[in-house]
Amino acid sequence: MELEQPAISDTGDFTINMGPQHPSTHGVLHLKVTLNGETIKNVEPHLGYIHRSIEKMSEASTYRNFIYLTSRMDYLSAHMNNQACAMVVEKGLQLEIPPRAKVIRMLMSELTRLASHQLWWGALGLDLGAITPYFLGFRDREEILDIFEETCGARLTMNYNVPGGLMYDIHPNFVGKVKTFLKNFEDHLPEYKQLLTGNIIFEERTKGVGILTPEDALSFGCTGAVARGSGISCDVRKWNPYDGYETVQFEEPMETGCDCYSRYVVRIREMEESVKIIEQLIDNIPEGEFQAKTKVVLKVPKGEYYTRVETARGELGVYLVSDGSSNPYRIKYRSPGFSNLAALNTMAKGNKIGDLVAIMATLDLVIPDIDR
Amino acid sequence: MTNEDLKSLITQHVSEAVFEEGQFLNAIVDGSKAFSLLKSIRENPETEFDYLFCQSGVDWKEFFYVVYHLSSKKHKHTLVIKAKITDRVNPRIESVAGIWKTAEMNELEIFDLFGIKFNNHPNLRRLFLDDTWGFPLRKDYTDDVNIVSL
Repeated sequence: MELEQPAISDTGDFTINMGPQHPSTHGVLHLKVTLNGETIKNVEPHLGYIHRSIEKMSEASTYRNFIYLTSRMDYLSAHMNNQACAMVVEKGLQLEIPPRAKVIRMLMSELTRLASHQLWWGALGLDLGAITPYFLGFRDREEILDIFEETCGARLTMNYNVPGGLMYDIHPNFVGKVKTFLKNFEDHLPEYKQLLTGNIIFEERTKGVGILTPEDALSFGCTGAVARGSGISCDVRKWNPYDGYETVQFEEPMETGCDCYSRYVVRIREMEESVKIIEQLIDNIPEGEFQAKTKVVLKVPKGEYYTRVETARGELGVYLVSDGSSNPYRIKYRSPGFSNLAALNTMAKGNKIGDLVAIMATLDLVIPDIDR
Repeated sequence: MTNEDLKSLITQHVSEAVFEEGQFLNAIVDGSKAFSLLKSIRENPETEFDYLFCQSGVDWKEFFYVVYHLSSKKHKHTLVIKAKITDRVNPRIESVAGIWKTAEMNELEIFDLFGIKFNNHPNLRRLFLDDTWGFPLRKDYTDDVNIVSL
């Protein structure tokens, strides 16, 4: 007869399952957590609850269609995902996109980044027991989503990029509304800092928690605020500028605390940098075409192409293998969340179970991005 | 290092390596020799490929590639190593999880979707799908129930 495994081992270790319906996982992530008392011994992520095999679906779609599947990966960075895919097709076709499209793409990217960080900031507060940030984050995010809705017709999965530029021109109200948003946000960002950044409870819960050394961050392939919180410079907009990022002035925020608090500060500073970029561009949108002329059926020449963009979570890479037909032969999405999640075990070991929620909140995971 | 320097360094290590120039320098090597090559270019202070930014599989029907996109934070060069696996029935390759920690999760994904087994992987398991499922990213994969062809 098979003996049942005892709930607690001789050393006092026991396993609990966190998720897939746990509110702090922000999606269907299942963590198998081994604990000793309240101390975390091991965290093993189990995935697949929202796996749709977008890579396989992309192989069956044409070069015009597959772009929009990627909106459903990291849905908070939908615009940047689409941009990476549009760029990989443009690279294959050696297509130069008009200056107007470049600037609008940058503006939309930065607005998406702001909206994503505002949601993250609100959810972070909620995870740590503060409810007010959630409402404030959503108040500001709402304004950005309204701008998206007016121009793209959708609030989240915008589907605004096409190979060669943009699907349609910006709405006449776009510039005015963005300026109003910037003006409001200038007053609102200090509120963010008043509520959480200097809050003693928040600092106690995040400072020195979830340490990720720079060596580990690099080895795990972490990118975005997770790596920059550990002092690793990895901003794709700086290292491999795309779609005109070489023409704007901004800084890459970096912290060396390696803990949850550093990752928090990096994202807050990223919001300031995004505002700077938008301010530089909003009055200088060039006139002209918003889309380059392309054929109806796109056929990317045989070969391999790799493009990367900086999404709100880090580096998204698209690796396209083309056999010369009208469908991609193979597409690999190197998603930032997947690599960042891999580092969770290293960060969480030795911390208390309550800190796991804080660590996950500052990783800013979006599960469909990880499962794809 | 320039591409020419990288080429001669790889040729010293694996004499029959085939090179392809594209966006990055591509080196195609046999699967059995990939591990020692990857380990040496990671540890060599002149190359120091410390960032494995993408690891993926490609099915070319007669053989598989496991593709390693590598770059170095210090030297700022990029290299793509493609390890060729010709055995379709029982494809195997050495795991690089001991060299780059990110490989641990990426290899799970490749195993799950291509069925390529990784020797000496710390915990090889199906990541997304259950154990009875086939390997969907193989080109000969068929599924009459779940795939609707257009």
